[in-house]
Amino acid sequence: MSARGDGAVPPPRIGAGNLAMRYSRACLVALLLAASFALGCTSAYAAGLDEALAHFTADDFSETSAGISAVAASGDPRAETIIRALQDGRLMYSAESKAVYIKDESGKLTNAASGEPIPGDAPADLDNVRINNRLRGAIEAALGGMTLLASDPARRFEAAQAVFKSRDASALPTLETALAKEQDPQVKQALAEARAAVILSDDKASDDDKIAAVDIVRQRGDQEALGLLSSLPANTSAPVAKAAAAAIGAIKNRLALWEAVQNAWYGISLGSVLLLAAIGLAITFGVMGVINMAHGEMVMLGAYVTFVVQDAIRTRNPGLFDYSLAIALPLSFLVAGCVGILIERFIIRFLYGRPLETLLATWGLSLILQQAVRTGFGPNNREVGNPSWMSGAFDAGGITITYNRLWIICFALAVFIALLALLRFTRFGLEMRAVTQNRPMAASMGIRTGRIDALTFGLGSGIAGMAGVALSQIDNVSPNLGQGYIIDSFMVVVFGGVGNLWGTFVGSFVLGIANKFLEPYAGAVLGKIAILVLIILFIQKRPRGMFALKGRAVEA
Amino acid sequence: MLKTTHAAAQRPRAGRWLAAAAGLALGLSAALPARAQDTIKVGILHSLSGTMAISETTLKDVMLMLIEEQNKKGGVLGKKLEAVVVDPASNWPLFAEKARELISKDKVAVVFGCWTSVSRKSVLPVFKELDSILFYPVQYEGEESERNVFYTGAAPNQQAIPAVDYLMSADGGSVKRWVLEGTDYVYPRTTNKILEAYLKQKGVKDEDIMINYTPFGFADWQTEVSKIKAFGAAGKKTAVVSTINGDANVPFYKELGNQGLKATDVPVVAFSVGEEELAGLDTKPLLGHLAAWNYFESIKDTKNATFIKDWHEFIKNPKRTTNDPMEAHYIGFNMWVKAVEKVNSTDPDKVIDALPGIEAPNLTGGVSKMLPNHHITKPVFIGEIRPDGQFDVVWKTKGLVPGAAWSPYLEGSKDLEADWVTLKCGNFNKVTQKCGGAG
Repeated sequence: MSARGDGAVPPPRIGAGNLAMRYSRACLVALLLAASFALGCTSAYAAGLDEALAHFTADDFSETSAGISAVAASGDPRAETIIRALQDGRLMYSAESKAVYIKDESGKLTNAASGEPIPGDAPADLDNVRINNRLRGAIEAALGGMTLLASDPARRFEAAQAVFKSRDASALPTLETALAKEQDPQVKQALAEARAAVILSDDKASDDDKIAAVDIVRQRGDQEALGLLSSLPANTSAPVAKAAAAAIGAIKNRLALWEAVQNAWYGISLGSVLLLAAIGLAITFGVMGVINMAHGEMVMLGAYVTFVVQDAIRTRNPGLFDYSLAIALPLSFLVAGCVGILIERFIIRFLYGRPLETLLATWGLSLILQQAVRTGFGPNNREVGNPSWMSGAFDAGGITITYNRLWIICFALAVFIALLALLRFTRFGLEMRAVTQNRPMAASMGIRTGRIDALTFGLGSGIAGMAGVALSQIDNVSPNLGQGYIIDSFMVVVFGGVGNLWGTFVGSFVLGIANKFLEPYAGAVLGKIAILVLIILFIQKRPRGMFALKGRAVEA
Repeated sequence: MLKTTHAAAQRPRAGRWLAAAAGLALGLSAALPARAQDTIKVGILHSLSGTMAISETTLKDVMLMLIEEQNKKGGVLGKKLEAVVVDPASNWPLFAEKARELISKDKVAVVFGCWTSVSRKSVLPVFKELDSILFYPVQYEGEESERNVFYTGAAPNQQAIPAVDYLMSADGGSVKRWVLEGTDYVYPRTTNKILEAYLKQKGVKDEDIMINYTPFGFADWQTEVSKIKAFGAAGKKTAVVSTINGDANVPFYKELGNQGLKATDVPVVAFSVGEEELAGLDTKPLLGHLAAWNYFESIKDTKNATFIKDWHEFIKNPKRTTNDPMEAHYIGFNMWVKAVEKVNSTDPDKVIDALPGIEAPNLTGGVSKMLPNHHITKPVFIGEIRPDGQFDVVWKTKGLVPGAAWSPYLEGSKDLEADWVTLKCGNFNKVTQKCGGAG
């Protein structure tokens, strides 16, 4: 009992005013007294808790901060429930009756101090206790101190992380207890790191302990460790400071290495986005030779299909939400593909061989499509949610990998492979290659070239639509979505080599990685300019791109 | 072969349509002057298509609502107001053309419009030449005061500086290290220049300030966010001041959420993110990130409640949010009405002279006043993002802050003063005692 009481002394860094400190110390003394006399503990809790809760009725951040420390210090078994309710915005108060309540998920009110349901109606002036960032930090620190001994290893891990951040000296005894009986190696590691962090900020710890602590933090080796070591208290002794400086150097070296890995990963990720955006164009522009300025709008249509699908799922069957993208994929392919076929049949087929007219017509078309969507769906961004399996991130070594980027890379590769297989192994693929390589010969072999043209354009557009589903996960779903990708797509196709899918593949990853290695040094704006200049220079040298088509097909 | 026959068959028909359209246009233009006698025309110059439509369409709608309400009250000077809506299509030169059309062809008494600074700069010469009035409702970089323009949005001292002050305070987290992240154009660059000078004056060292720019519509924030993460790992409390504009915000906040950069670690305070921008976003990971504005929809005030109710009824969608530039138009429109009633005329010269000193209520419980420098007084609020996409006000200025056209923190502008009442000058140099800018 007393260990818990000790562990919950308010963290000094909150600095909520002397009053709170004095108050909570008095509270602690009362608690210890009560414990030592083995008197009615519960009554002492209740009195302490009631006074602590009174802080929450003031509607003032400093008072609320004092309240958090007081509740934490009360050692009351309900303290954690109350602070969690505060964190989730479910702690309510009535300014008139000075009473504090907890609202549960279903909206039912219970008395915060006793946990009993309230009789009768809720007070009219009920409002939730407001918190801000400073208080969120204090809440995390308080919860960290309280949940170090929780039964769930995930929560113990979280608590250890919170203490690592708060460096709250009063949590040390609890930390030692937790560390002694911890079985889970991952949690044990986190607890040891938290203990090291506390020791490093503690004036009373010996130099030997601190140097040992520096070593533990050095092994953690991430940015937070770096932050901790570079913010040691000013009165740190020389040997500790020296050890810390050495550790900082070691961590910085390690991080620099990981930064290169991270840049490469970001480059692959950007490359996959470029590949997705450009692969449809590689067919319509690369294979068919149509300068299709409305390509970006096909991507946008795909994104809007995702929005419509998710909207329908939200209103009809929310349980299907995690499958929304799988449902949207074929639909977006069909919608964008059909629009593509219509465009080819009604506009582009009259303009083959006249690049300038095609360019103007498709550009006009892109404006029409944008404005049509703007009129139909409104000019505002539409919310497309990430399914749970595409949210969040995990750590791999020293880099953070976000799930949405990872899935997009997989998806881009899958689309690329499927497209290669389609062109290589199916009858349609064969006919398509035949028509684009030598139209009169293909026609005389009995291939209906007009039909193949329409289907090929539809295929390119449909793939762009599927790219839209993926891009809706990382970009805005707005009528302007496509505009941002059209230049990049042309860049990739021209750089990689017109008419060659492998060129598009290599081109997008080369450009993506080059861009991401330039960006940290040159900045996003200059980085992009540098890439453009490099491409212009490259095209001067090799006008047909990296993988130029050779042979008679080129002249056709 | 097929093609030519089609075209031939269509030509006469197209000709007939053309003639009909021309006839219709003639008829319309003939009918217009007759009606102009008994109405006062109000020009609305907001993009309804193109990139800026996302923000500006709402402002067009709010103006139509305000005009409709004023007409229900009997209009102005006994005449009904008539809205003239044009679409400059997010195209800056087109803004100037459309402004000219509004003033010289439609003979509007006043124009409410523009969003980006570049569109405002593009219409300035037109308003000067044709001597009309523009109400500009968006927060901007300052460094300007024109006789024909009334700035109802925030100047930097009504948004950026108080936001930084808040973050430096104990409540804001005593921030010591700063990332100034912006979109690469005039508003973020000027604002960041002012902020950098201000921070240095407050004793922040060079190595504790990082300035980054990204292009419009930037979508791949991975590198930028990890740069911010690394910058924040130096052991000092770090905050991001974001002047990222428009669409680029959504992927930026998504990446922040995905990389787990929480507001308790590195808070982001934004100057261009309001309720409208958050509407397309899952805001749960953004809990606690900040925005600085002069108005929030969540502020409890009777005028605000009425405004929100009227807006929902007018737009026929109870989910539509209200935001800061909408309030600016509300204030500006009421100020214009009061000024017109005061001088009993819509003559621009008279109204321009009457406007300074006019007071109109804002939607947060105060009364804003038009100042001689053509900016207005406004309260400043700092709000934290709530899970439902609204903002919780965590801090506000004691009273109303008067807008300053010229920043005292910039070398070129600290000696300048704007005063259209006594000095009759927008850039009076206090050192050389001359009207006409720095040195």
